[in-house]
Amino acid sequence: MRPNLRGMVKDSLAAAIVAALLAVPLLGFHLSGSAQGLTLDYRFGWVAIASLAVFCGRLALSLAGTAVGRSLRRRRQVVLPLSGRPSRIRPAVGWALVAVALLLPWTPLADRNLIDKATLLLIYIMLGWGLNIVVGLAGLLDLGYVAFYAVGAYCYALVSQQFGLSFWLCLPLAGALSASFGVLLGFPVLRLRGDYLAIVTLGFGEIVRVVLLNWQDVTNGPIGISGIARPTFFGLPLLASVPGRTTFHEFFGLPFSTDHRIYFLYYLILALALATNLFTLRIRRLPIGRAWEALREDETACRSLGIDPTKTKLSAFALGAMFAGFAGSFFATRQGFISPESFTFIESAIILAIVVLGGMGSQIGIVLAAVLLVGLPEWFRDLQQYRMLAFGGAMVVIMLWRPRGLLASREPTVRLAERPATLDAAGEVLP
Amino acid sequence: MLSITGLYSGYGHIEALHGIDMELAAGEIVALIGANGAGKTTLLMTICGKPRASQGSIRFDGEDITDWPSFRIARRGIAHAPEGRRIFPRMSVRENLQMGAVAGNQQHFASDLERVLSLFPRLGERLQQRGGTLSGGEQQMLAIGRALMGRPRLLLLDEPSLGLAPLVVRQIFEIIADINRSHGVTVFLVEQNAFHALRLAQRAYVMVNGRITLQGSGSQLLADPAVRAAYLEGGHGVATPPAEPAP
Repeated sequence: MRPNLRGMVKDSLAAAIVAALLAVPLLGFHLSGSAQGLTLDYRFGWVAIASLAVFCGRLALSLAGTAVGRSLRRRRQVVLPLSGRPSRIRPAVGWALVAVALLLPWTPLADRNLIDKATLLLIYIMLGWGLNIVVGLAGLLDLGYVAFYAVGAYCYALVSQQFGLSFWLCLPLAGALSASFGVLLGFPVLRLRGDYLAIVTLGFGEIVRVVLLNWQDVTNGPIGISGIARPTFFGLPLLASVPGRTTFHEFFGLPFSTDHRIYFLYYLILALALATNLFTLRIRRLPIGRAWEALREDETACRSLGIDPTKTKLSAFALGAMFAGFAGSFFATRQGFISPESFTFIESAIILAIVVLGGMGSQIGIVLAAVLLVGLPEWFRDLQQYRMLAFGGAMVVIMLWRPRGLLASREPTVRLAERPATLDAAGEVLP
Repeated sequence: MLSITGLYSGYGHIEALHGIDMELAAGEIVALIGANGAGKTTLLMTICGKPRASQGSIRFDGEDITDWPSFRIARRGIAHAPEGRRIFPRMSVRENLQMGAVAGNQQHFASDLERVLSLFPRLGERLQQRGGTLSGGEQQMLAIGRALMGRPRLLLLDEPSLGLAPLVVRQIFEIIADINRSHGVTVFLVEQNAFHALRLAQRAYVMVNGRITLQGSGSQLLADPAVRAAYLEGGHGVATPPAEPAP
C-alpha cells in the first residue's frame, strides 16, 4: 500500500492550524511586570515555531505510522483470548512485587528520600485499588473520588484533635464516615450512567472541597489543620522524647532517629494497601463481587437474574469510599497538616487515570500505572516544567499502544484444574 | 400460575400493549407468535417489571406482582432469558452460571450446576471459557442455563432461535421441551419462528400490534389458514402481519 502523501500533508496542515489557534493565546501574548506595571509583549515567532513543529511532527508520525500503525492494529484485535485459562505468571509477579516492597527499606538503595517517595506511591496505589472497586469492578465512573479521601483525612484530623483518639481508633471511624458519604453520593446517582454519572460525581467532589474551604468554624477553611497527631507504634510514640511516656526508641533501646517514623509509615501504608488488595481479590469471588462485575457488563440482565441493582451499586460506592477514607487518615497522619488544597479535582483525575491506564479491574496493572503516573514524575522532578509535558506524552503513547489499559485481560475468579474434576467435585458436595 | 388481565404497557408516551389478557397454567408450554414490533418482547419485559404496566394486573401464583421491582420478580421464580441472550461476555461460562444462581438458594449451587450441565453438556466443556467467545448457539444455551440456575417455576424465553442455524434451533427446542417435561418448569416462549414454536407449545397466542388476535392449541393454530398465510408459508409473510385476522 502506497502512503497517501497528499492526505497526510493536508492532515498535518489541519493539525498545524489548530496548534496555531491554541498557541496564539498560550504563547503569543506574554505579560511581564515592570516598574510601570504590566506590559504586554507579542511573541508571534513562538507561535510560528510551535505550529511548524506540530506540522513536522504530525507528518513524521503519519509517515512512520503506516508501518507502525499496521502492527498496532493487528495487536489491538486480540481482545478476548480464546481460552480463558488463567495465566500462572501474574500471581507470581504479584508475589514478587510484594516481596520487593517488603524488603525495600533493607536494601542499600533505601534512603529517607526513596522511602518517602515509595510511601507516596503506595498511597496512590491504595487509592487506585479502592477506586478500582467502583470503576473497574462495578463500572461506575467516579470523578469525585478524592472527596472520600478528604473526608477520611479531615475525620482523622478533627477527631484526633478534638477527642484525642489514637490513629488506630480513628482509622475505622474515618472508613465508616467515608463509606456513609459513599452511600450519600450513591443514592442520587443510582439511575445515572456514563457521562451523567461522571458529571454528578465530579460535582460531588467539588462540593466536598468547597465545604471544607468555607466551613471555617470546623475545618479552619483554607488555612487547614496543622499539628495532627502522628501515629504511634502500637502506643509507643515515634518521637525523640515524650514526657511521661516511653517512646519507640527508648523501648527498643535504639538510638533515636527520625528515620524510624518514615520506615514505620512506609510499612503502615504497605499494610493498608495490601489489605485493600486482598479485600478486592477476595470479594471478587463472593456473590457481591461477581454481582458488581455483572452489573458493569449488563444491568438489565442482572435485574432479570434477581440482582438488586440499588444494593449492589451502593455497596460498591460505600466500600470504594471506605478505602479512600483509610488512605485519607493515613495521609493526614503522615503529613501532620491538611488543607483543601490537597483534595482538588486533579487528584481524582490522577487516581482515575491510574485505574484506566492500568486496565480496568486489573490489580497489578494499577501498580504499574501508579508507578508510571506518580512514581516517575516524582523521581524526575529535575525535569521541572517539562514534567507535565512528558506526563501528557506518556499518556498519549500508552493510549495508542494499549488502548484498553496496560493489563487489560480479566482473570476469571474461579480456577479449576480439569473439567471432569469439577463435575466430580460438584457431585461430592451433594448430600 | 400466571394470569394477565387488561394489561397496558409501553415506553414513555408510546403504548405498545393495548389490553392483554392471558393465562398460563402450571406445567404448560405456551408460545406467543407475531411479527416484528407486535409487542411480544414488551409483554415479556412488562412481566419482568420493566417497563412498568400502566394499567391492568399481572398475578403470579395468586400474588399481584405488577408493581414489583424486576429483581424481586426474578427471585420469586420467574426467570427470563432475554432477547439477544445478554450473557456477560467478559465473564467465564461458570461465572455466568453463578450469576444465574443469585435468585436461587446458594446451597443448591452444586446440584443446580450439575442439572444445567446435564441439559447442556456443551457448556460443561466450556466452563472456563469467556462467555463472549462462545458460538451463538452456545450463548443461547448459556442464557437458558443461566436462567435455570435460579430454580425458576416459570421460564420466559425471548426468541431463543434468533440468528441460529436450523440444526441448532432444533436442538434448542428439544432441550426446551426437556426442561418442561423432566423439570416441570412452565415455559412461556416468544418466537418469530412460528413453525417450531407452534409444534412445541401446547397452547399459543398470536399477537398483532399489541393485541392478542388469536389463541388456541398449537396444532389448531398450525392448521389455521390465517396463521399459515401470515407466519408459515415460506416464511414470506413474517414481516407483514394480516390486517386483523378474525378471531
